[in-house]
Amino acid sequence: MLLVVGSIAFHFLSPWWFTPLASNWGAIDDTITITFWVTGAVFVAINLFMAYSVFRFRNRGENSKPAKYEPENTKLEVWLTVVTAIGVAAMLAPGLYVWNEFVNVPEEAWELEAVGEQWRWTFRLPGKDNKHGTSDPSFVNIDNPLGLNPNDANGQDDLIVMSNIVHIPIDRPVKVLLRSKDVLHDFAVAQFRVKMDLVPGLVSYLWFTPTKLGTYEILCEELCGLAHFTMRGRVVVDTQEDFEAWRDSQMTFAESMQIGPGDPIAGQSLYAVCAACHGPEGEGNVALNSPKLSGQADWYLRRQIGYFKHGIRGAHEDDVYGKQMAPMAAVLADETAIRNVSAYIKTLPEHRGDYSITGDSNRGRNLYVTCGTCHGLNGQGNYALNAPRLNGQEDWYLKRQLKNFRQGIRGKHPFDLFGQQMVSMSQMLRNDTDINDVLAYINTLPPIEPPLTNQVAEATMQGGR
Amino acid sequence: MTYVALADRGQELSHPKSFITKYIWSQDHKVIAIQYGLIAIAVGLVALGLSVTMRVQLGFPESVSIIDPSEYMQFVTMHGMIMVIYLLTALLLGGFGNYLIPLMVGARDMVFPYMNMLSVWVYLVSVIILMASFFVTGGPTGAGWTLYPPQAILFGTPGAEWGIILMLVSLAVFIVAFTMGGLNYVTTVLQARTRGMTMMRMPLSVWGIFTATILGLLAFPALLVSAIMMLLDRLLGTSFFMPAIVHMGEQTAYGGGSPVLFQHLFWFFGHPEVYIVALPAFGIVSDLLSVHARKNIFGYRMMVWAIVGIGGLSFIVWAHHMYVSGMNPYFGFFFATTTLIIAVPTAIKVYNWVLTLWQGNIHLTVPMLFAIGFIFTFIHGGLTGIFLGNVVVDLPLSDTYFVVAHFLMVMGVSPILVVFGAIYHWFPKVTGKMFNSTLGKFHFWFTFLGTYSIYLPMHYLGFLGVPRRYYAYEGIDFIPESALAMNTGITVAAIFVAATQILFFVNMIWSLFKGKPAGPNPWNATTLEWQTPQTPPIHGNWGPELPQVYRWAYEYSVPGADKDFTPQNEPPADVEVAAS
Amino acid sequence: MITIIIFIFAAVGISYWWLLRQRVLEKPWLTEGTGVDRREDLASESPTAKTGLIVFLAVVTSMFSLFISAYFMRMELNDWRPLDEPGLLWFNTLLLILGSLSIHKCARSAANQDANGVKVTLLATGIFTGAFVAGQLIAWQQLNEAGYALRSNPANAFFYLFTGIHGLHLLGGLWVWSRTSIRVLAGVELEQIKLSVELCRNYWHFLLVVWIVIFALLLST
Repeated sequence: MLLVVGSIAFHFLSPWWFTPLASNWGAIDDTITITFWVTGAVFVAINLFMAYSVFRFRNRGENSKPAKYEPENTKLEVWLTVVTAIGVAAMLAPGLYVWNEFVNVPEEAWELEAVGEQWRWTFRLPGKDNKHGTSDPSFVNIDNPLGLNPNDANGQDDLIVMSNIVHIPIDRPVKVLLRSKDVLHDFAVAQFRVKMDLVPGLVSYLWFTPTKLGTYEILCEELCGLAHFTMRGRVVVDTQEDFEAWRDSQMTFAESMQIGPGDPIAGQSLYAVCAACHGPEGEGNVALNSPKLSGQADWYLRRQIGYFKHGIRGAHEDDVYGKQMAPMAAVLADETAIRNVSAYIKTLPEHRGDYSITGDSNRGRNLYVTCGTCHGLNGQGNYALNAPRLNGQEDWYLKRQLKNFRQGIRGKHPFDLFGQQMVSMSQMLRNDTDINDVLAYINTLPPIEPPLTNQVAEATMQGGR
Repeated sequence: MTYVALADRGQELSHPKSFITKYIWSQDHKVIAIQYGLIAIAVGLVALGLSVTMRVQLGFPESVSIIDPSEYMQFVTMHGMIMVIYLLTALLLGGFGNYLIPLMVGARDMVFPYMNMLSVWVYLVSVIILMASFFVTGGPTGAGWTLYPPQAILFGTPGAEWGIILMLVSLAVFIVAFTMGGLNYVTTVLQARTRGMTMMRMPLSVWGIFTATILGLLAFPALLVSAIMMLLDRLLGTSFFMPAIVHMGEQTAYGGGSPVLFQHLFWFFGHPEVYIVALPAFGIVSDLLSVHARKNIFGYRMMVWAIVGIGGLSFIVWAHHMYVSGMNPYFGFFFATTTLIIAVPTAIKVYNWVLTLWQGNIHLTVPMLFAIGFIFTFIHGGLTGIFLGNVVVDLPLSDTYFVVAHFLMVMGVSPILVVFGAIYHWFPKVTGKMFNSTLGKFHFWFTFLGTYSIYLPMHYLGFLGVPRRYYAYEGIDFIPESALAMNTGITVAAIFVAATQILFFVNMIWSLFKGKPAGPNPWNATTLEWQTPQTPPIHGNWGPELPQVYRWAYEYSVPGADKDFTPQNEPPADVEVAAS
Repeated sequence: MITIIIFIFAAVGISYWWLLRQRVLEKPWLTEGTGVDRREDLASESPTAKTGLIVFLAVVTSMFSLFISAYFMRMELNDWRPLDEPGLLWFNTLLLILGSLSIHKCARSAANQDANGVKVTLLATGIFTGAFVAGQLIAWQQLNEAGYALRSNPANAFFYLFTGIHGLHLLGGLWVWSRTSIRVLAGVELEQIKLSVELCRNYWHFLLVVWIVIFALLLST
């Protein structure tokens, strides 16, 4: 039985403790420390006592002493009850005190809105008026992804951050308003200690004061569906000046509503460069390692061209073909050019690509259930989930990308917002057989006819902002 | 003598006529208990398999190819639900409750034997429905065992097609089965106690099961209510729990509902459920300690009051599962307070167990080892509960591995140690055979040390902030390599523990056929179930007359008595005669 | 959750009070012999089935309290549009009261060994209760035609839910009623019927009370 005591030693040798604190909530750590030592002492005391009892009073055959007959000892029991009650109160009181601080947000806190949806984070900062406009799920559409009320004057200058990276200034208390578009999520940053669920239908909150510069990960800690474990974001704690510089580069709600669609006619001339490899109708060319572009959604093309241009994709040293694309993307001068060329590609007639991979498509179907959650059961892609279309894409390209994701050649760059999700997800395809099987299944998906009626497909085909 | 007639009243035992009525459609509470036990253990093995699969996935994410994220979520969900409801609730109440209550209170059978029989078969139906979900389109639900809407019924969560519907229907059917059984347990304790068996003379096992059943009867309707309302949301498009949402880019027809309402209902069931599992374990462990320490349970009255007090309090602590759920944060003050208050009676129980050992005459038999192991893990699990119950400490710890470690320690390992202890303890009575003690001791040490090395490190992962219900952890900066290595270590321990259970089954099956005859009362225990005329007891339990009870259940090592135990039904004047 | 809390407090209170009467405060090791068991002195010992029914009714009460709690909590959200309860419900209520009265009369007839009375009142119970259930169905139809569809508003959904669950319980009661009736028609002795009829009576009264509570709740909100 003394082995029991031995295992207590693990406590004192254990290598892991909290990650370093980066907010004002040292009080929480103090409460935990109090609780830890009180309960730890109780744990050790009771177990030592028990081990001693078992050792001392174990049966030693014939000559062992009979047990003592003692139905109860009221005095001892009352005494123990009182001591326990005091111990519990000693842990509860500081707990409630600190909770009170957590519940009541300081007046001077500024408000940041974090919006969760399957499976990403987006943010909204108040504009110059320091006020958030109202919002409602019924306003949500592709051009207004956060569902802001377009008629609310307060909302016009709100800053829309369609990225899972947000910046906040150091040493200023921030109240984070939490809103969900679909299911429950949880906003948790281990270094800040505090966390709170996002509940669709209401706005919850938490507050903290960041005290250390740095970049911290936001994890979703409330099960929110299949890709829960890939729902990550980052919060960057900046100096006030850096924060303001970042803030000024963000788009206001009013500006975001004014961006029109790209101009395909302007895009046509820009496309001439692309046509050399990707083909005049974007049909792709396996010999040149150029994927098919026609049929792909323009929002996805825009993002990827942007990534190539800014060294987010095609920067990894092992990404041989991505490195070829990067300088080509740099030819496009600015965001408008990217928009225009993407708009042009959208007008290209689609050619069904060539398939060469053989695999067990029945097994692939089971594997694809997970993929289909985001990319659509027909591989049609989904703007809301940032998932490109897979249907009709040539399999040699998909295979190479899957391998790149798996090996972290693609998607690992800190500014590749959704690449990390795919890196995590692609871990489920462990080997070439898995990849071939799932691609064999994707190859069997029926072609998508351009005029689709349902909204998801529309979103995919027309593309968003 | 009107009283014996009273207690025997209405007991028209339908005696079995054929194999089928004896073992299949039996109305004998002992057969029903064994049926309950076997179904529960079988389904528990499925859940054990699921958990090992999950652990292998987490422990060796690079090298082993077993499950994808959908299956991971489904296994997490099914493992949790099966273990909590279909194994522990069914085994402790349906199994031990059925076997022990009539024997311990001196009744011939349950008061409604026919309903009792229906109960076990309806339970089997619920299990079959649950298992069927593995074979439908989309597989079982992967919504987490808490089944939180909206995600539970939306595409994007595995099993949103059929799995969730089967899960909810299965739960509803289980609740019907439980209610039929529960009515029996409660009414039997209230009405069928034999002459002399006052409430305060009942063994603590009966107290624990009795109180837990009442909790179950009052709390399970909350699960039923939420299951019905969620089914309506899923099938008929009502909006009880469903707010207006934009789901995967599309507006839905839902609007105005409250996911937090579901959480309130769910945890109004879910928290008492913890005690539905824990209280029978408390009771049983008290009896094991007392018998094998040859000492009366210390502070019997306090133990009874604590059981009853915990039972009452358990209904007003539910929202401590919801501190970070987005509910009105001011509720936190109230629920943190009630939660920590409930720690006091629980602590008293622990003190009394330990004090029962003090100055005892401890026989380190296999059941005793399990009982002592339980105290250890329960102290651990209980104390970590104080962390999580204290609202502000819960902020950093909730939804991390600390929570996982806490509830598996307090609700998984602890009751299961008791279940093993209890099976070893009553195995001689149930089968008439003795088990192999050496194998049993190996089983204990491997299980106990193995489980401890699974869950202790998990607490520290929780301190670190490692979130639960994650399929993979790669790419999170603050989680160091060493933590992932520890994850692998935990998995190795888990595989070891799972493999150890083979010892248990080998022991049980071998002993059933080849074990030494045990005799009617191998542990020299005082309670009535050991005093039956036959071992194993026959249908009807007692001879022509019901036993009479003269004293409480813990007459061990009384000074002046010749032997160190006095059975409850031994007439007072005969003490000396019987001893000679 | 106030409703369920009140119910739970009541249930826990009653249990504690009952336990106190069982003398849970005494020290059981000091008393030996059978004298302490005073149940045979208590003339109020009720038949097992009745105790079982009481426990069951506690379970059902718990369930309805939870539904009502959920109702109150859901009502506070801003998409709640109260519905106009059809006037038919008043008539249905009357039917259920009559059913409850006749089963009450029936139990009394059974106690008085009045075989004819039992048959008549038992039949009346069945007719009134059946008419109530049918009436509820008609009320559903009227509501549906008036545009109060199940999914269009939570108030409607709760209306259908409450009446549906209550109706299901009545149907369960009718099943027991039919078994009893068959035995009466088969000429089983009244002494053996008495307990069944009394159980039915308690159950009917309980469901009447539940209905009145629900109806009042629906009317007042």
